[in-house]
Amino acid sequence: MAAALRGPGGRFRWRTWAAAAAAAAAAGGVRGAARSAAAGRQDYDLLVIGGGSGGLACAKEAAQLGKKVAVVDYVEPSPRGTRWGLGGTCVNVGCIPKKLMHQAALLGGMIRDAPHYGWAIQPVLHDWRTMAEAVQNHVKSLNWGHRVQLQDRKVKYFNIKAGFVNEHTVCGVAKDGKETLLSAEHIVIATGGRPRYPTHIEGALEYGITSDDIFWLKESPGKTLVVGASYVALECAGFLTGLGLDTTVMIRSIPLRGFDQQMSSLVTEYMASQGTRFLRGCTPSRVRRLPDGQLQVTWEDLTSGKEDMGTFNTVLWATGRIPETRSLNLEKAGVNINPNSQKILVDAQETTSVPHIYAIGDVAEGRPELTPTAIMAGKLLAQRLCGQSSDVMDYDNVPTTVFTPLEYGCVGLSEEEAVARHGEEHVEVYHAYYKPLEFTVAERDASQCYIKMVCLRKPPQLVLGLHFLGPNAGEVTQGFALGIKCGASYVQVMRTVGIHPTCAEEVAKLRISKRSGLDPTVTGC
Amino acid sequence: MESIPQGATQGRITKTGRSEDVHTKLIIRLQMDVQLFVKGGSLPVARNGLVRMRGAGRRRGRGGAPAGLVGVRCYPFPGSFPAPQPASRSLNCPGQARSDTAALAQPPPPPPPQAQTSPGPVKMGAVPNRRLGSVRGVPMSSPPGRRARLSSPGTGRSSSEAREELRRRLLGLIESNRVMIFSKSYCPHSARVKELFSSLGVECNILELDRVDDGANVQEVLSEITNQKTVPNIFVNKVHMGGCDRTFQAHQCGLLQKLLQEDAAFEYDLIVIGGGSGGLACAQEAAILGKKVMVLDFVVPSPQGTSWGLGGTCVNVGCVPKKLMHQAALLGQALSDARKFGWEYSQQVKHNWETMTEAIQNHIGSLNWGYRLSLREKAVAYVNSYGEFVEHHKIKATNRKGQETYYTAAKFVLATGERPRYLGIQGDKEYCITSDDLFSLPYCPGKTLVVGASYVALECAGFLAGIGLDVTVMVRSVLLRGFDQEMAEKVGSYMEQHGVKFLRKFVPVMVQQLEKGSPGKLKVVAKSTEGPETIEEVYNTVLLAIGRDSCTRKIGLEKIGVKINEKSGKIPVNDVEQTNVPYVYAVGDILEGKLELTPVAIQAGKLLARRLFAGCLEKCDYVNVPTTVFAPLEYGCCGLSEEKAIEVYKKENLEVYHTLFWPLEWTVASRDNNTCYAKIICNKFDNYRVIGFHVLGPNAGEITQGFAAAMKCGLTKQLLDDTIGIHPTCGEVFTTLEITKSSGLDITQKGC
Repeated sequence: MAAALRGPGGRFRWRTWAAAAAAAAAAGGVRGAARSAAAGRQDYDLLVIGGGSGGLACAKEAAQLGKKVAVVDYVEPSPRGTRWGLGGTCVNVGCIPKKLMHQAALLGGMIRDAPHYGWAIQPVLHDWRTMAEAVQNHVKSLNWGHRVQLQDRKVKYFNIKAGFVNEHTVCGVAKDGKETLLSAEHIVIATGGRPRYPTHIEGALEYGITSDDIFWLKESPGKTLVVGASYVALECAGFLTGLGLDTTVMIRSIPLRGFDQQMSSLVTEYMASQGTRFLRGCTPSRVRRLPDGQLQVTWEDLTSGKEDMGTFNTVLWATGRIPETRSLNLEKAGVNINPNSQKILVDAQETTSVPHIYAIGDVAEGRPELTPTAIMAGKLLAQRLCGQSSDVMDYDNVPTTVFTPLEYGCVGLSEEEAVARHGEEHVEVYHAYYKPLEFTVAERDASQCYIKMVCLRKPPQLVLGLHFLGPNAGEVTQGFALGIKCGASYVQVMRTVGIHPTCAEEVAKLRISKRSGLDPTVTGC
Repeated sequence: MESIPQGATQGRITKTGRSEDVHTKLIIRLQMDVQLFVKGGSLPVARNGLVRMRGAGRRRGRGGAPAGLVGVRCYPFPGSFPAPQPASRSLNCPGQARSDTAALAQPPPPPPPQAQTSPGPVKMGAVPNRRLGSVRGVPMSSPPGRRARLSSPGTGRSSSEAREELRRRLLGLIESNRVMIFSKSYCPHSARVKELFSSLGVECNILELDRVDDGANVQEVLSEITNQKTVPNIFVNKVHMGGCDRTFQAHQCGLLQKLLQEDAAFEYDLIVIGGGSGGLACAQEAAILGKKVMVLDFVVPSPQGTSWGLGGTCVNVGCVPKKLMHQAALLGQALSDARKFGWEYSQQVKHNWETMTEAIQNHIGSLNWGYRLSLREKAVAYVNSYGEFVEHHKIKATNRKGQETYYTAAKFVLATGERPRYLGIQGDKEYCITSDDLFSLPYCPGKTLVVGASYVALECAGFLAGIGLDVTVMVRSVLLRGFDQEMAEKVGSYMEQHGVKFLRKFVPVMVQQLEKGSPGKLKVVAKSTEGPETIEEVYNTVLLAIGRDSCTRKIGLEKIGVKINEKSGKIPVNDVEQTNVPYVYAVGDILEGKLELTPVAIQAGKLLARRLFAGCLEKCDYVNVPTTVFAPLEYGCCGLSEEKAIEVYKKENLEVYHTLFWPLEWTVASRDNNTCYAKIICNKFDNYRVIGFHVLGPNAGEITQGFAAAMKCGLTKQLLDDTIGIHPTCGEVFTTLEITKSSGLDITQKGC
């Protein structure tokens, strides 16, 4: 996301600056300086560090409620030199470009479907440049939109990278090295996270790219090795395959950790059926560049212990993300982090160990790393700060969707989690394999189109979780997330009349329980 | 409490003011037979031998069973319906009566679960000691405390509800027992009757009204059903015999024995007329519940000669092919989007109608086959014949060759659905097609005029335009009548922006063929609805989509007295889908005042079967049914339209939240910004409960479904606000609705 201070150069620059600042502060004593800043003039009511989804939402909301607000945002270029504008991960290197590239891949599927529906079209090729340019233009327009929105709401925007000087003061450094001191009554940290490089692997940093880069590539990545099993890994591999690229995913252990594992395996099964290769139980050991520019990756098969090798045009690391806290000088403000995760410790009010400093979004410990949660948390925080409401963010039953080639939407508990919490004998799982109508004429394989509703067994069978694998899973899941929020029971969902013919109606027709052992394949209308 | 002899009730009944001829009208045929037969024996025609229609015709049911009546099956009483009097049949001798009873009598179905509910009927052997307590000819006085007990049912529910439940329970007993005697343990007349059946060796079920808690209520309800206030009150094979004397008379003249012999079962427990979504769902469910079921399905070819297989409108000429053609059109859009997303293809892409229809028809063929298979697996008899009632419980099935077969059943479900309406102008049936023909049209329709503004009209016009045809829609008045008009106009204007022409306020007056061919050329003359103006235009195809008519007028309903709405042809039913003839039910599009939607019919059909054969009480809920119009820009809705909401709740009590939105996928494809629209209508005085949900955008159907489930669970604006969106989807706009319509603020979208 934003206010990033990654990269070898960045850290060095920071140290120089920090030394200077420390020296300056030393003159009057750091604590003394902080006090005077605190007691004296505060530039802003609210300072937000990080111009991503959460930070901007918080800043805009507070400004709308009459506060004097500033946002500082700075994108440290990725090791490959990729940089972007205001808006954070979601807009620039996350949800937006990935969904658009996913859409590009889906369109490829539709083009293959089209002849079945009477469209006389020959198999076609995909041009990465055209797509990337269109996607990037859209992202840039969103960057611009965010700038305009901040301006409209009189939020002061600084394109500087920030670090704490004391608990009320932040020093920001611009690209040209110019420093700005900002002080505020309340400070919100929303710096997000950046992809993790497996720096222990030889050649990883030099030759690999991450999701920070993939969406901004000017040329097609070509034959690609995606390392990792996170949703980022699977989504990227999914659209790359869909665009016609030779794509391999290397997974050390299980795909989509934390998600329902039955669904996860269906997701990967479908991807494999669409041509994505999977290397399971493997971990890369080194990357080398061959004279022809190709990358030679060596990996170890963990089960056999054997080494294997392959050449790729691109290696994409998607092995997790690390929070952007290291460069913030949090210790100067007294903000505590979890030393393992590096994330900032917060309470239900999003307050850190320092009462007037808050953290929202991906940088906060124990929060789902999702744009809409960050936005809502930011808004609610602003409302609380302005005395508008006392509502705190409810992080339960957050719906989400993995935009793999066959989309996977879920809300609530996974089957494993439900069993762990309530015991197997108290959990009833209703499920169905269904065939989307559009698949029939297109002669598509629907073996992985699957729905699962996890309920309490005791009537009225409260719905604990819903898992939907199929086209438009995001759209399908959203409304049902509401239902679960409303405390829907299995009976209530069954009483909902379906919309025919849709995929979503299958959710309202789930009759077969896993326990019954009956065939869950939907036949007929 | 004392029982009284038969004749004594007469005065009482007369006092209630029911005239003789009212009764005559209400006589059912069999009772007529009994009555006439008895008449020969110089007995006064006792009114208490008649069955009144009131009460038996339209019964109101309720959701849950009271504690003591749980599991009671709701068997309606098939003996009590207001049949028109077929003159040729009513004057008869005992011998003739046989054919009539054949249609009415029914062997007892397996004992229903209420046998376990105590206090229940007792078997003959368990008849308790009797006391000779009443003297014949002494009029019975109203038992003290009866009224008081009736008015205080003590169940905490309204007494009318309790009574309905009781009525159902009694009808269930009558229906499910070969001989059912309502008696009192001390009543000598009851004892005589019991002895009679005992001597005949006939097992009978007895409910001793003095031994059950609600005996007085039972007697009251029985008197409503039979017009007989006294005990014993005897039913044989669901036919009301009357009291003790009448039973003995029937025995003397042989009628009783005949009734008892009417053991020959109806051939089927259930015959479903119409193999569409609702009919098949009902038939299959009934079969799963172990019933012997037949489905009659026959597609009368359209005026253009189109016909199809099993499965009804949805599968053959409705939802399924239309969604697939809609998908074909969407793919056309996808192809043009695809270029923007980097897909390269140089040639001009043309659409081939034949390829599409063949693929779609193949799929439909497989569905037809699937239904056949599924019926076979569940041992449902499927007959590809046209079903028509010929008399009570009896149907004539005519196949394609004109061969007639007759079938009888205890219960019938009408699920004949609807067919497109014609204009009634010159040339319409000869040259125009309807949705019945379009989906299997062997040639591309070419330049098409779609007449009508129903969702069928807009959907067809939409996909025809989407595959590149020149399409005009002729609209008499408003688009999508009954739907939210703001949304309807938006649906229309999107179509207009995408090449569909609209001719508003015109109606066709003549269609003339200029040229034969596939397609040919038709000249359409249309007249303005507002003035004398007429216009003329030549089209290749004219598609009529002006509405649909119920297939209820040619299935012999008049023979058994099933009421239809003469104007609309629709069938009025109560909340358990029962027609005025108790053993005849109806589901699907032919229901009056209900929704014409496949999933509704399926739900109604399934639940009906479960109520009829599994003792379930759950009724089909027709409230907050979601639906989607698959126009080029899909429109999904659930709950009330804004107009309807204002009408019901008043504008000042409502808050409407709305926004335009731009689907992410449309941005890169450079498709219209600020076209998709989301709107919810909330009731300010009910915790801002969402009473109307409307979305116009891609995948509206998929979006709407979940919200419909949420509305079932009492969705409020607060809950919408508290729910986290799924990013980036269209559905998430509903979690961030901030602008009210009343504020008049700008709703155009910017940013993420």
